[in-house]
Amino acid sequence: MALKGNLRDFSFSQLLNLISLAKKTGTLEVHGPNKAASIYFDSGKLSYAQNNKLDYGLAAILLRSEKLTDKQYQVIREKANNIGDKELGLMLINSNYVTQEEILESLKKEFVSTANDLFTWEEGIFHFENNLRPSSDKISLLINLENIIIEGSRQLKELERLQDEIPSLDMALKFTDNPGTNIRNVNLSVKEWRVVSFINPKNTMRQIARTTKLNELEFRRIVYSLIQAGLVELIRPDGAELPSPKIPTLPVEDSEEQKSLVNRLITRIRSL
Amino acid sequence: MQTVKMVVTGPFSSGKTQFIQTVSEIDVVATERKISSESERIKETTTVAMDFGRITVDDDLVLYLFGTPGQKRFDFMWEILSEGMLGFVVMVDSSRPETFREARRILETFRAYAPTPYVVTANKQDLEDAWDPNDMRIALRLSPEVKLLPCIATEKESVKNALLELLYSILERMES
Repeated sequence: MALKGNLRDFSFSQLLNLISLAKKTGTLEVHGPNKAASIYFDSGKLSYAQNNKLDYGLAAILLRSEKLTDKQYQVIREKANNIGDKELGLMLINSNYVTQEEILESLKKEFVSTANDLFTWEEGIFHFENNLRPSSDKISLLINLENIIIEGSRQLKELERLQDEIPSLDMALKFTDNPGTNIRNVNLSVKEWRVVSFINPKNTMRQIARTTKLNELEFRRIVYSLIQAGLVELIRPDGAELPSPKIPTLPVEDSEEQKSLVNRLITRIRSL
Repeated sequence: MQTVKMVVTGPFSSGKTQFIQTVSEIDVVATERKISSESERIKETTTVAMDFGRITVDDDLVLYLFGTPGQKRFDFMWEILSEGMLGFVVMVDSSRPETFREARRILETFRAYAPTPYVVTANKQDLEDAWDPNDMRIALRLSPEVKLLPCIATEKESVKNALLELLYSILERMES
Protein backbone atom coordinates (compact mmCIF):
# COMPACT_ATOMS: atom_id res chain seq x y z
CA MET A 1 0.00 0.00 0.00
CA ALA A 2 1.27 3.44 -0.88
CA LEU A 3 1.98 5.72 2.02
CA LYS A 4 0.97 9.10 0.69
CA GLY A 5 -1.11 12.07 1.71
CA ASN A 6 -0.84 15.65 2.90
CA LEU A 7 0.89 16.92 6.05
CA ARG A 8 -2.24 18.98 6.62
CA ASP A 9 -4.11 15.77 7.43
CA PHE A 10 -1.33 13.56 8.73
CA SER A 11 1.39 15.42 10.61
CA PHE A 12 5.11 14.89 10.20
CA SER A 13 5.42 13.62 13.78
CA GLN A 14 2.71 11.04 13.08
CA LEU A 15 4.60 9.98 9.96
CA LEU A 16 7.89 9.62 11.85
CA ASN A 17 6.16 7.64 14.54
CA LEU A 18 4.71 5.28 11.95
CA ILE A 19 8.05 4.85 10.15
CA SER A 20 9.80 4.19 13.45
CA LEU A 21 7.26 1.64 14.71
CA ALA A 22 7.06 -0.18 11.36
CA LYS A 23 10.88 -0.05 11.05
CA LYS A 24 10.49 1.10 7.47
CA THR A 25 13.27 1.47 4.92
CA GLY A 26 12.78 3.92 2.07
CA THR A 27 12.47 7.58 1.16
CA LEU A 28 9.88 10.08 2.26
CA GLU A 29 9.47 12.77 -0.38
CA VAL A 30 7.60 15.88 0.73
CA HIS A 31 6.59 18.70 -1.62
CA GLY A 32 5.37 21.91 -0.01
CA PRO A 33 4.12 25.06 -1.76
CA ASN A 34 7.65 26.47 -2.28
CA LYS A 35 9.97 23.78 -1.05
CA ALA A 36 10.62 20.09 -1.09
CA ALA A 37 12.58 17.63 1.01
CA SER A 38 13.69 14.02 0.84
CA ILE A 39 14.18 12.08 4.06
CA TYR A 40 15.75 8.64 3.92
CA PHE A 41 15.16 5.91 6.48
CA ASP A 42 16.81 2.58 7.17
CA SER A 43 14.97 0.10 9.42
CA GLY A 44 12.97 2.90 11.03
CA LYS A 45 15.96 5.17 11.60
CA LEU A 46 16.89 8.41 9.87
CA SER A 47 19.75 7.73 7.47
CA TYR A 48 19.93 10.81 5.24
CA ALA A 49 18.01 14.05 4.61
CA GLN A 50 18.10 16.90 2.16
CA ASN A 51 15.92 19.77 1.04
CA ASN A 52 15.92 21.24 -2.42
CA LYS A 53 16.95 24.72 -1.32
CA LEU A 54 20.46 23.82 -0.22
CA ASP A 55 23.56 22.25 -1.70
CA TYR A 56 23.78 18.87 0.00
CA GLY A 57 27.30 17.94 -1.04
CA LEU A 58 29.57 17.06 1.89
CA ALA A 59 31.72 20.16 1.32
CA ALA A 60 28.66 22.44 1.58
CA ILE A 61 27.49 20.68 4.74
CA LEU A 62 30.93 21.08 6.33
CA LEU A 63 30.99 24.74 5.33
CA ARG A 64 27.59 25.32 6.97
CA SER A 65 28.76 23.67 10.17
CA GLU A 66 31.89 25.83 10.06
CA LYS A 67 34.27 22.91 9.76
CA LEU A 68 35.57 24.31 6.47
CA THR A 69 36.38 27.90 5.59
CA ASP A 70 34.97 29.65 2.52
CA LYS A 71 38.36 29.41 0.88
CA GLN A 72 38.71 25.68 1.54
CA TYR A 73 35.20 25.16 0.22
CA GLN A 74 35.97 27.05 -2.99
CA VAL A 75 39.14 24.99 -3.55
CA ILE A 76 37.20 21.75 -3.08
CA ARG A 77 34.48 22.95 -5.44
CA GLU A 78 37.07 23.71 -8.10
CA LYS A 79 39.32 20.69 -7.74
CA ALA A 80 37.10 17.91 -6.46
CA ASN A 81 33.67 18.75 -7.75
CA ASN A 82 33.10 15.38 -9.37
CA ILE A 83 33.99 13.05 -6.56
CA GLY A 84 31.43 11.50 -4.23
CA ASP A 85 30.94 12.36 -0.59
CA LYS A 86 32.53 9.17 0.74
CA GLU A 87 35.69 9.69 -1.29
CA LEU A 88 35.80 13.38 -0.43
CA GLY A 89 35.37 12.57 3.25
CA LEU A 90 38.35 10.22 3.19
CA MET A 91 40.46 12.81 1.39
CA LEU A 92 39.58 15.50 3.93
CA ILE A 93 40.34 13.18 6.87
CA ASN A 94 43.65 12.05 5.35
CA SER A 95 44.70 15.62 4.68
CA ASN A 96 43.80 16.59 8.28
CA TYR A 97 41.16 19.13 7.26
CA VAL A 98 38.57 17.46 9.49
CA THR A 99 38.23 14.36 11.64
CA GLN A 100 35.80 11.51 11.04
CA GLU A 101 33.86 12.55 14.16
CA GLU A 102 33.49 16.08 12.83
CA ILE A 103 32.10 14.80 9.53
CA LEU A 104 29.61 12.50 11.25
CA GLU A 105 28.60 15.19 13.71
CA SER A 106 28.06 17.74 10.91
CA LEU A 107 26.00 15.29 8.88
CA LYS A 108 23.86 14.37 11.87
CA LYS A 109 23.24 18.03 12.68
CA GLU A 110 22.29 18.74 9.06
CA PHE A 111 19.96 15.74 8.71
CA VAL A 112 18.23 16.42 12.03
CA SER A 113 17.84 20.10 11.15
CA THR A 114 16.28 19.19 7.79
CA ALA A 115 13.89 16.79 9.52
CA ASN A 116 13.07 19.35 12.22
CA ASP A 117 12.18 21.91 9.58
CA LEU A 118 9.43 19.59 8.35
CA PHE A 119 7.65 19.84 11.70
CA THR A 120 6.86 23.45 10.83
CA TRP A 121 5.29 22.71 7.45
CA GLU A 122 1.58 23.18 7.65
CA GLU A 123 1.01 21.40 4.38
CA GLY A 124 2.91 19.35 1.85
CA ILE A 125 2.17 16.35 -0.33
CA PHE A 126 4.13 13.35 0.93
CA HIS A 127 4.92 10.00 -0.58
CA PHE A 128 6.95 7.16 0.91
CA GLU A 129 8.89 5.08 -1.57
CA ASN A 130 9.77 1.72 -0.03
CA ASN A 131 13.39 0.57 -0.18
CA LEU A 132 14.65 3.67 -2.01
CA ARG A 133 17.99 4.56 -0.43
CA PRO A 134 20.38 7.48 -0.92
CA SER A 135 22.89 7.06 -3.75
CA SER A 136 25.88 4.90 -2.86
CA ASP A 137 28.37 7.80 -2.84
CA LYS A 138 26.48 9.51 0.02
CA ILE A 139 27.43 8.97 3.66
CA SER A 140 24.40 7.68 5.52
CA LEU A 141 23.88 7.43 9.27
CA LEU A 142 21.46 5.67 11.60
CA ILE A 143 19.73 8.17 13.88
CA ASN A 144 16.95 7.14 16.28
CA LEU A 145 13.67 8.90 15.56
CA GLU A 146 12.37 9.13 19.14
CA ASN A 147 14.55 12.09 20.05
CA ILE A 148 13.78 13.82 16.76
CA ILE A 149 10.03 13.47 17.38
CA ILE A 150 10.32 14.83 20.92
CA GLU A 151 12.68 17.65 19.96
CA GLY A 152 10.64 18.51 16.83
CA SER A 153 7.42 18.73 18.83
CA ARG A 154 9.19 20.94 21.38
CA GLN A 155 10.46 23.21 18.60
CA LEU A 156 7.01 23.38 17.07
CA LYS A 157 5.66 24.72 20.34
CA GLU A 158 8.52 27.21 20.47
CA LEU A 159 7.78 28.28 16.90
CA GLU A 160 4.11 28.82 17.75
CA ARG A 161 5.18 31.02 20.63
CA LEU A 162 7.60 32.94 18.43
CA GLN A 163 4.88 33.40 15.81
CA ASP A 164 2.78 35.00 18.52
CA GLU A 165 5.65 37.32 19.40
CA ILE A 166 6.53 38.16 15.80
CA PRO A 167 3.26 37.67 13.92
CA SER A 168 4.46 38.75 10.47
CA LEU A 169 7.81 38.47 8.72
CA ASP A 170 6.68 41.22 6.34
CA MET A 171 7.71 43.81 8.91
CA ALA A 172 11.20 45.31 8.93
CA LEU A 173 13.71 45.84 11.73
CA LYS A 174 15.62 48.88 12.84
CA PHE A 175 18.23 49.43 15.51
CA THR A 176 16.79 51.08 18.60
CA ASP A 177 17.90 54.54 19.57
CA ASN A 178 18.67 53.50 23.15
CA PRO A 179 21.60 55.58 24.34
CA GLY A 180 24.35 53.42 25.78
CA THR A 181 23.51 50.37 23.72
CA ASN A 182 26.26 49.53 21.31
CA ILE A 183 25.73 46.37 19.34
CA ARG A 184 29.50 46.02 18.91
CA ASN A 185 29.80 45.33 22.62
CA VAL A 186 27.28 42.51 22.55
CA ASN A 187 28.43 38.92 22.13
CA LEU A 188 26.65 37.65 19.05
CA SER A 189 27.03 34.34 17.23
CA VAL A 190 27.99 34.19 13.56
CA LYS A 191 24.37 33.59 12.57
CA GLU A 192 23.19 36.52 14.68
CA TRP A 193 25.79 38.78 13.08
CA ARG A 194 24.63 37.63 9.69
CA VAL A 195 21.07 38.72 10.53
CA VAL A 196 22.28 41.97 12.11
CA SER A 197 24.25 42.85 8.98
CA PHE A 198 21.02 42.96 6.95
CA ILE A 199 18.97 45.01 9.41
CA ASN A 200 17.69 48.00 7.54
CA PRO A 201 14.21 49.55 7.34
CA LYS A 202 14.19 48.68 3.63
CA ASN A 203 14.57 44.92 4.22
CA THR A 204 11.62 42.89 5.40
CA MET A 205 12.37 40.07 7.82
CA ARG A 206 11.24 37.60 5.18
CA GLN A 207 13.92 38.93 2.80
CA ILE A 208 16.57 38.72 5.52
CA ALA A 209 15.57 35.14 6.40
CA ARG A 210 15.78 34.15 2.74
CA THR A 211 19.15 35.85 2.23
CA THR A 212 20.71 34.40 5.36
CA LYS A 213 19.32 30.93 4.52
CA LEU A 214 18.15 30.43 8.08
CA ASN A 215 15.12 28.28 8.71
CA GLU A 216 12.06 30.00 10.14
CA LEU A 217 12.60 28.82 13.71
CA GLU A 218 16.27 29.85 13.79
CA PHE A 219 15.49 33.20 12.25
CA ARG A 220 12.57 34.02 14.55
CA ARG A 221 14.64 32.91 17.54
CA ILE A 222 17.43 35.33 16.61
CA VAL A 223 15.07 38.24 15.94
CA TYR A 224 13.22 37.57 19.18
CA SER A 225 16.44 37.60 21.19
CA LEU A 226 17.55 40.87 19.53
CA ILE A 227 14.17 42.46 20.31
CA GLN A 228 14.22 41.19 23.89
CA ALA A 229 17.74 42.57 24.33
CA GLY A 230 16.41 45.97 23.26
CA LEU A 231 18.80 46.13 20.31
CA VAL A 232 16.23 46.23 17.52
CA GLU A 233 12.57 47.03 17.08
CA LEU A 234 9.90 46.08 14.59
CA ILE A 235 8.86 48.74 12.11
CA ARG A 236 6.83 48.93 8.95
CA PRO A 237 9.21 48.55 6.00
CA ASP A 238 10.16 51.68 4.03
CA GLY A 239 7.82 52.16 1.12
CA ALA A 240 5.07 49.96 2.54
CA GLU A 241 1.65 51.54 2.47
CA LEU A 242 0.29 52.59 5.83
CA PRO A 243 -3.24 51.43 6.54
CA SER A 244 -5.28 54.58 6.51
CA PRO A 245 -6.65 55.41 9.96
CA LYS A 246 -10.35 54.90 9.80
CA ILE A 247 -12.79 57.55 10.81
CA PRO A 248 -15.18 55.77 13.17
CA THR A 249 -18.52 54.70 11.79
CA LEU A 250 -21.19 57.17 12.80
CA PRO A 251 -24.86 57.38 11.93
CA VAL A 252 -24.42 60.94 10.59
CA GLU A 253 -22.28 61.96 7.62
CA ASP A 254 -21.61 65.66 8.12
CA SER A 255 -18.34 66.16 10.01
CA GLU A 256 -19.77 68.86 12.30
CA GLU A 257 -22.71 66.62 13.15
CA GLN A 258 -20.29 63.78 13.84
CA LYS A 259 -18.31 65.93 16.27
CA SER A 260 -21.52 67.05 17.90
CA LEU A 261 -22.57 63.42 18.34
CA VAL A 262 -19.27 62.51 19.98
CA ASN A 263 -19.53 65.55 22.25
CA ARG A 264 -23.00 64.41 23.30
CA LEU A 265 -21.53 61.03 24.17
CA ILE A 266 -18.78 62.70 26.20
CA THR A 267 -21.27 64.82 28.12
CA ARG A 268 -23.41 61.78 28.87
CA ILE A 269 -20.50 59.61 30.06
CA ARG A 270 -19.26 62.45 32.29
CA SER A 271 -22.69 62.65 33.89
CA LEU A 272 -22.90 58.96 34.77
CA MET B 1 -33.09 56.66 16.98
CA GLN B 2 -29.35 56.75 16.29
CA THR B 3 -27.13 54.05 17.74
CA VAL B 4 -23.38 53.80 18.04
CA LYS B 5 -21.28 50.99 19.42
CA MET B 6 -18.00 50.43 21.18
CA VAL B 7 -16.32 47.09 21.64
CA VAL B 8 -14.66 45.95 24.86
CA THR B 9 -12.14 43.23 24.21
CA GLY B 10 -9.23 41.53 25.95
CA PRO B 11 -7.97 38.14 27.05
CA PHE B 12 -9.94 35.64 29.07
CA SER B 13 -10.83 36.94 32.55
CA SER B 14 -9.49 40.44 31.95
CA GLY B 15 -12.68 42.05 33.29
CA LYS B 16 -14.68 42.87 30.16
CA THR B 17 -18.05 41.83 31.54
CA GLN B 18 -17.47 43.77 34.76
CA PHE B 19 -16.37 46.86 32.81
CA ILE B 20 -19.65 46.92 30.86
CA GLN B 21 -21.77 46.07 33.91
CA THR B 22 -20.34 49.01 35.85
CA VAL B 23 -21.69 51.65 33.46
CA SER B 24 -24.56 49.95 31.68
CA GLU B 25 -28.03 51.23 32.54
CA ILE B 26 -29.50 47.83 31.81
CA ASP B 27 -28.49 44.52 33.30
CA VAL B 28 -25.82 43.30 30.99
CA VAL B 29 -27.14 40.71 28.61
CA ALA B 30 -24.33 38.31 29.39
CA THR B 31 -24.20 34.92 27.78
CA GLU B 32 -22.05 33.16 30.33
CA ARG B 33 -21.45 29.45 30.62
CA LYS B 34 -19.54 27.23 32.97
CA ILE B 35 -15.96 26.80 31.81
CA SER B 36 -15.11 23.44 30.29
CA SER B 37 -11.38 23.94 29.71
CA GLU B 38 -9.24 23.08 32.74
CA SER B 39 -6.51 25.49 31.69
CA GLU B 40 -8.96 28.36 31.70
CA ARG B 41 -10.65 27.40 34.96
CA ILE B 42 -9.59 30.40 36.98
CA LYS B 43 -13.17 31.56 37.22
CA GLU B 44 -16.44 29.70 37.18
CA THR B 45 -18.09 31.14 34.08
CA THR B 46 -17.05 32.88 30.88
CA THR B 47 -18.72 34.81 28.09
CA VAL B 48 -19.41 32.55 25.13
CA ALA B 49 -21.13 34.92 22.74
CA MET B 50 -21.01 38.52 23.83
CA ASP B 51 -21.92 40.90 26.59
CA PHE B 52 -24.22 43.68 25.73
CA GLY B 53 -24.66 46.92 27.69
CA ARG B 54 -26.47 50.15 26.94
CA ILE B 55 -26.10 53.83 27.78
CA THR B 56 -28.91 56.11 26.62
CA VAL B 57 -27.45 59.49 25.69
CA ASP B 58 -30.70 61.32 24.92
CA ASP B 59 -33.99 60.73 23.15
CA ASP B 60 -32.19 60.36 19.88
CA LEU B 61 -28.92 58.57 20.64
CA VAL B 62 -27.94 55.29 22.31
CA LEU B 63 -24.47 53.91 22.93
CA TYR B 64 -24.09 50.13 22.98
CA LEU B 65 -21.15 48.40 24.58
CA PHE B 66 -20.27 44.96 23.28
CA GLY B 67 -17.91 42.64 25.09
CA THR B 68 -16.11 39.99 23.12
CA PRO B 69 -15.87 36.39 24.30
CA GLY B 70 -12.65 35.80 26.20
CA GLN B 71 -11.82 32.30 25.09
CA LYS B 72 -9.71 31.79 22.01
CA ARG B 73 -12.08 29.40 20.29
CA PHE B 74 -14.64 32.18 19.89
CA ASP B 75 -12.25 34.39 17.90
CA PHE B 76 -14.50 34.12 14.86
CA MET B 77 -16.94 36.49 16.62
CA TRP B 78 -14.45 39.35 16.64
CA GLU B 79 -14.75 40.36 13.02
CA ILE B 80 -18.53 40.48 13.28
CA LEU B 81 -18.41 42.53 16.48
CA SER B 82 -15.85 45.00 15.17
CA GLU B 83 -17.92 45.95 12.15
CA GLY B 84 -19.17 49.51 12.41
CA MET B 85 -17.69 50.20 15.82
CA LEU B 86 -16.79 53.68 17.01
CA GLY B 87 -13.69 52.48 18.77
CA PHE B 88 -12.53 49.76 21.13
CA VAL B 89 -11.16 49.19 24.60
CA VAL B 90 -8.56 46.48 25.17
CA MET B 91 -8.74 45.22 28.74
CA VAL B 92 -5.63 43.67 30.25
CA ASP B 93 -5.49 42.02 33.67
CA SER B 94 -2.53 43.81 35.30
CA SER B 95 -1.98 40.93 37.70
CA ARG B 96 -1.65 38.20 35.06
CA PRO B 97 1.43 38.81 32.92
CA GLU B 98 0.91 35.42 31.29
CA THR B 99 -2.01 37.03 29.39
CA PHE B 100 -0.04 40.00 28.04
CA ARG B 101 1.02 38.20 24.87
CA GLU B 102 -2.59 37.22 24.21
CA ALA B 103 -3.61 40.87 24.80
CA ARG B 104 -1.14 42.00 22.16
CA ARG B 105 -2.47 39.42 19.73
CA ILE B 106 -6.04 40.62 20.30
CA LEU B 107 -5.01 44.25 19.91
CA GLU B 108 -3.26 43.52 16.62
CA THR B 109 -6.23 41.53 15.36
CA PHE B 110 -8.71 44.27 16.13
CA ARG B 111 -6.47 46.91 14.62
CA ALA B 112 -6.35 44.84 11.46
CA TYR B 113 -10.14 44.42 11.35
CA ALA B 114 -10.82 48.09 11.87
CA PRO B 115 -8.11 50.72 12.40
CA THR B 116 -10.42 52.80 14.58
CA PRO B 117 -9.27 54.62 17.75
CA TYR B 118 -8.67 52.48 20.83
CA VAL B 119 -7.40 52.63 24.39
CA VAL B 120 -5.75 49.93 26.49
CA THR B 121 -6.72 49.58 30.14
CA ALA B 122 -4.45 48.14 32.81
CA ASN B 123 -7.30 46.58 34.76
CA LYS B 124 -7.37 45.20 38.32
CA GLN B 125 -4.95 47.86 39.53
CA ASP B 126 -6.38 47.32 43.03
CA LEU B 127 -4.85 43.85 43.25
CA GLU B 128 -1.64 43.36 45.14
CA ASP B 129 0.06 41.62 42.21
CA ALA B 130 -0.90 44.30 39.68
CA TRP B 131 1.91 45.46 37.44
CA ASP B 132 2.73 49.13 37.19
CA PRO B 133 1.18 50.55 33.97
CA ASN B 134 4.61 51.87 32.92
CA ASP B 135 6.02 48.36 33.10
CA MET B 136 2.99 47.04 31.27
CA ARG B 137 3.54 49.51 28.46
CA ILE B 138 6.98 48.02 27.90
CA ALA B 139 5.76 44.43 28.25
CA LEU B 140 2.88 45.06 25.85
CA ARG B 141 5.22 46.98 23.52
CA LEU B 142 2.83 49.89 23.25
CA SER B 143 4.19 53.00 21.58
CA PRO B 144 4.04 56.25 23.59
CA GLU B 145 1.04 57.61 21.68
CA VAL B 146 -1.18 54.67 22.68
CA LYS B 147 -3.28 55.49 25.74
CA LEU B 148 -2.69 52.95 28.52
CA LEU B 149 -5.04 53.75 31.37
CA PRO B 150 -4.94 52.39 34.92
CA CYS B 151 -8.34 50.87 35.61
CA ILE B 152 -10.46 49.13 38.21
CA ALA B 153 -13.48 47.85 36.32
CA THR B 154 -15.64 47.66 39.44
CA GLU B 155 -15.31 51.42 39.95
CA LYS B 156 -17.53 53.66 37.88
CA GLU B 157 -15.12 56.63 37.72
CA SER B 158 -12.39 54.37 36.41
CA VAL B 159 -14.59 52.94 33.64
CA LYS B 160 -15.92 56.41 32.78
CA ASN B 161 -12.34 57.64 32.44
CA ALA B 162 -11.50 54.87 29.99
CA LEU B 163 -14.59 55.57 27.87
CA LEU B 164 -13.95 59.32 27.93
CA GLU B 165 -10.32 58.89 26.87
CA LEU B 166 -11.51 56.76 23.97
CA LEU B 167 -14.06 59.41 22.98
CA TYR B 168 -11.37 62.12 23.15
CA SER B 169 -9.24 60.01 20.81
CA ILE B 170 -12.18 59.66 18.44
CA LEU B 171 -12.70 63.41 18.48
CA GLU B 172 -8.99 63.99 17.82
CA ARG B 173 -9.11 61.59 14.87
CA MET B 174 -12.03 63.56 13.42
CA GLU B 175 -10.26 66.85 13.82
CA SER B 176 -6.94 65.67 12.36
